[in-house]
Amino acid sequence: MVNEAMKLAENLFNNDVKMTPTRDGYGEALVELGESNPNVVVLSGDLTESTRTEGFKHKFPDRFYEMGICEQNMVGVACGLSMVGKIPFVATYAAFVPGRAFDQIRISAGYNRSNVKLSGAHAGISVGPDGATHQMMEDIALMRTLPGMTVIAPCDREETRKATIEAANLEGPVYLRFGRDKVPEVTTKETPFKIGKANILMDGSDVAIIANGPLVYEALDAAKTLRRNGVYCMVVNMHTVKPLDVTTLVYAARKCGAVITAEEHQITGGLGGAVAETLARNNPVPQEFIGMPDSYGESGKPRELMEKYGMSSTAIIEAVKKVIARKASGRIFAGVL
Amino acid sequence: MYSKAFVEALEQKSCDIRGDILMMLKEAKSGHSGGSLSSVEILTALYFYKMKHNPMNPDWDGRDYFILSKGHVCPALYTALAHSGYFPREELKTLRKFGSRLQGHPHWLKLPGLETSSGSLGQGLSVANGMALALKLDKKPNRVYCLLGDGELQEGQIWEAAMTSAHYGLDNVCAIVDYNNLEIDGYVEEVMGIHPLVEKWLSFNWHVHECDGNDITSVIRALDHASQMKRKPSVIIAHTTKGKGVSFMEDVDLWHGKTPSPEQLEQALSQLDGACSVFKPWN
Repeated sequence: MVNEAMKLAENLFNNDVKMTPTRDGYGEALVELGESNPNVVVLSGDLTESTRTEGFKHKFPDRFYEMGICEQNMVGVACGLSMVGKIPFVATYAAFVPGRAFDQIRISAGYNRSNVKLSGAHAGISVGPDGATHQMMEDIALMRTLPGMTVIAPCDREETRKATIEAANLEGPVYLRFGRDKVPEVTTKETPFKIGKANILMDGSDVAIIANGPLVYEALDAAKTLRRNGVYCMVVNMHTVKPLDVTTLVYAARKCGAVITAEEHQITGGLGGAVAETLARNNPVPQEFIGMPDSYGESGKPRELMEKYGMSSTAIIEAVKKVIARKASGRIFAGVL
Repeated sequence: MYSKAFVEALEQKSCDIRGDILMMLKEAKSGHSGGSLSSVEILTALYFYKMKHNPMNPDWDGRDYFILSKGHVCPALYTALAHSGYFPREELKTLRKFGSRLQGHPHWLKLPGLETSSGSLGQGLSVANGMALALKLDKKPNRVYCLLGDGELQEGQIWEAAMTSAHYGLDNVCAIVDYNNLEIDGYVEEVMGIHPLVEKWLSFNWHVHECDGNDITSVIRALDHASQMKRKPSVIIAHTTKGKGVSFMEDVDLWHGKTPSPEQLEQALSQLDGACSVFKPWN
């Protein structure tokens, strides 16, 4: 059922699937990078434990900078560090970087083409009880509009680890996005990962589900259920929103003739927007959007919120049915003509 | 302490730079006259006296770094760079024109000698801090200079950065405030007061030096004093006159973002006499 070449976790659909937060992979990668590259430095905005930068802090105290609660300054400091040859990783919540520091990112990081690695932790509604102020769901849209910015939303701990290491080796500004909640470990050490190259995790020909972040697991779960009903979905892990893997996307759209985008982000401007823009130019097909429906969040358990706002496998299954109906009516219409 | 001949040479340089600023702004027909003119002696002192830099090798790793946080006064910086030899003086004529390396606000990827892009106020001191931290990490003696506007001090990020420089004891950072008292909407104290400025920086745990920012001896003395300070960052509060050197521009807020007409240029250049005898206008 799943694409063997992707070497996904064997217990993916079992109850014993390992659950970890994506940010754990960030912390692991930073320690690895600290050992392999003396130019890597880390800046934390008073969120060392929750962004998982404490491991780096303890191992490499000289290269760790506590920046306090002033994120705009933190972004500027990181840019300055990069201009003297360092590779700075900026760690705070997505609500603040990019949320609070957009102008600093646009000018000091983007326009300067600084070699800074920005990381927005606790992105998405699965932040849960903290409520709407901390549930950043506009960050991908903000970062995606900046020329030269690489934007990555990894799906699990291992993919985050790989993305972080690759980000260090990529020249130029990068935005990495993590969640707070534990999510199933979908990928393994052997799963391929390359920035800008989407992974087809499951093949199918009825609908292509283009997902990233925690919605990758939800998409696989939905696809598995749909298979039992004879609907074959392709599941694409589009971890890199910018630069978007146009080749894989267009292939998926051509093969399936309909797409669903699934992300823990506003339905405007994020992965859904990127996919719609790309397909409109290359191969337009009916598309449905799974994401935050133009709304702010609220307090609650992550699962309760994901269900309420339609970012779960249940919502994906509904969207698949809808888009298949649209695809069919499109065919009838074309036939009439 | 500084020889008369040396000071006179710097005054001559200031005068030449002032003349070129006026001429390039006349050519550009848009840009910031007042603040460019008030900062001339500061830039002259940095580029022709204080900073270690190498126009033949702009990326020389022994150089001191200069961050123009108040990016809109780039005509003054471009002129200082051209006079240093980073690019031909003739190129100053292209300011703000299509295809020019001299963008309306500085873009470091375009022009040799620039260290950063700026234009959105408030960001430079943070970048300077980052450079200073990296230099300290590498145990290098290079210094980082950052020119701030007085109106720019209204940006909150400046004070985040001021806190950071002091917290990390960045004695390789020297901020310079071009304190000309004016911003677009009028007097700084009327728009959004920044008094008492010396006390503000002192309370942020900085070494504070004051100087007459349009007097070259006063500026170089302050720079020398600042570079000897240890354990804390230094700020030079340079008292200046906006539009300095041109009678009808001095201390007039309208000249913040206005450029001289050909007639006004002629009148302005005629006032740059005295120390300015060697200055040759463009053809």
